[in-house]
Amino acid sequence: MRVLIVLAAIAAVSSGCEREVRPFQTLPVASARAQRVVETTLHPGDAPPPATGQNSPFRENAWGVGEGKRLFTYYNCSGCHANGGGGMGPPLMDDKWIYGYEPANIFQTIVEGRPNGMPSFRNKIPDQQVWMLVAYVQSMSGNVRYDALPSRSDHMRYSTPENARRAQTPKQTGPR
Amino acid sequence: MIVRALLLVAAAAAAGCSGNQNVFNPAGPAARDIASLGWQLFIVCGAVYLLTLLALAWALARRRVPSDDTVETTASLTRTVTIATVLSIVILIGITISSVVHGRGLTSPSGPGAITVDAIGHQWWWEFQYRDLTPSDFVTSPNELHIPVGVPIQIKAMSRDVIHSFWVPNLHGKRDLIPGQVTNFWIQADTPGVYRGQCAEFCGHQHANMAFTVVAEPMDKFQQWIRAQRQPAAEPVNAEQARGQEVFLQGPCVMCHTIRGTSAGSRVGPELTHVGSRLTIAAGTLPNTRGHLGGWVLDSQSVKPGNRMPPNALTSDDLQAVLSYLRSLR
Repeated sequence: MRVLIVLAAIAAVSSGCEREVRPFQTLPVASARAQRVVETTLHPGDAPPPATGQNSPFRENAWGVGEGKRLFTYYNCSGCHANGGGGMGPPLMDDKWIYGYEPANIFQTIVEGRPNGMPSFRNKIPDQQVWMLVAYVQSMSGNVRYDALPSRSDHMRYSTPENARRAQTPKQTGPR
Repeated sequence: MIVRALLLVAAAAAAGCSGNQNVFNPAGPAARDIASLGWQLFIVCGAVYLLTLLALAWALARRRVPSDDTVETTASLTRTVTIATVLSIVILIGITISSVVHGRGLTSPSGPGAITVDAIGHQWWWEFQYRDLTPSDFVTSPNELHIPVGVPIQIKAMSRDVIHSFWVPNLHGKRDLIPGQVTNFWIQADTPGVYRGQCAEFCGHQHANMAFTVVAEPMDKFQQWIRAQRQPAAEPVNAEQARGQEVFLQGPCVMCHTIRGTSAGSRVGPELTHVGSRLTIAAGTLPNTRGHLGGWVLDSQSVKPGNRMPPNALTSDDLQAVLSYLRSLR
């Protein structure tokens, strides 16, 4: 009996040992972009823009969110959004979403660009990396699984890590 | 059978002795110091080890005799142990002196310096920057360090992400690249040749495939190389290359790579201005051939899983055009 309990405990503990999958090639090379046909113009007021319901394959994957964080610097998103605090561009770590908080909306914002300065990254960032960025942008306001949130930055200056910030409930706002 | 197996092992071991990544095949003063110290330690420690084991074997095999318990035997044993202890101390002091003498040579240049090269470690590739008084004459050479023979080269090593380690066994020992800090050291090659360097500090997923090539050549050939590297990228000379440039500049390539002379100017990936002139691609992972380059551009993740380059879905015509263009950048 005791042996059984010990074995069960070992089995339960060792099931946690499995390494998180790092899907280096998640999306098929020629993946179709479902969002391309959705024509979103401005959506003033409280009505959220239509979303396809498509979600980032990396939303529950700490590695994917971390890669998104690296790409956020690589592709100079910080140039306008300043590590999420906002500058020339709107802040991303608060609860206000001008063009929709659904993953598909964020995807579209990156790929299509938005008025007043957000450039279009169509054909510049591969879909897989856009989805990583989507997951990271969601993580900035705490909207991915807690254990997938980045816990520290690779650079030396200090900023509150994503998993130590208060999670925000996303709110749809129109363009200011 | 056993003889044949032993011969095979000996042949395999000997094959490792003549390589271009070998501590015991020194090509410069620092590596000669290290190799000489290594041989000294190997011979002295080997001899001591052998003598100790022989004494042990003799002691195990020997039977007790009645005269063992006499006062004379005890006195002679005390003498023997004292002599062995004094000898050990002398050998250890000798090794310390030799180690300090050889170590001094490693930290100082062996003559007036010729050039300074910044060695920057990235996950998982190397960037070598040759500075100049004129900023437009800066040269960036990813994963390939060209040096003139016979003169000391100052390496200023730094890292952009985690700790890496610069190790060209034929030229010098390991020196760490530490984020936020510059590590200065000198290397010198006396024999022209192509030597392989390798990251020697575990730095993540593709640490094992983070290698680089050192090309040591006579001063005039080196000057010729650096003059060629200073030129902006070659312009496309035919329609296919022109199409390749167009695909490159309109696609995701420009998000990370620089080709000087075009609008591609991102600094997060290796510079490709003269990619066609290099010996290897992907930090020493593959020889630089058209086929390997094609596989790398399409799906680098199956070649070097975890590297920072995403898969690129190019049509076959576009891929061939990009390859023709990249191969033309010599």
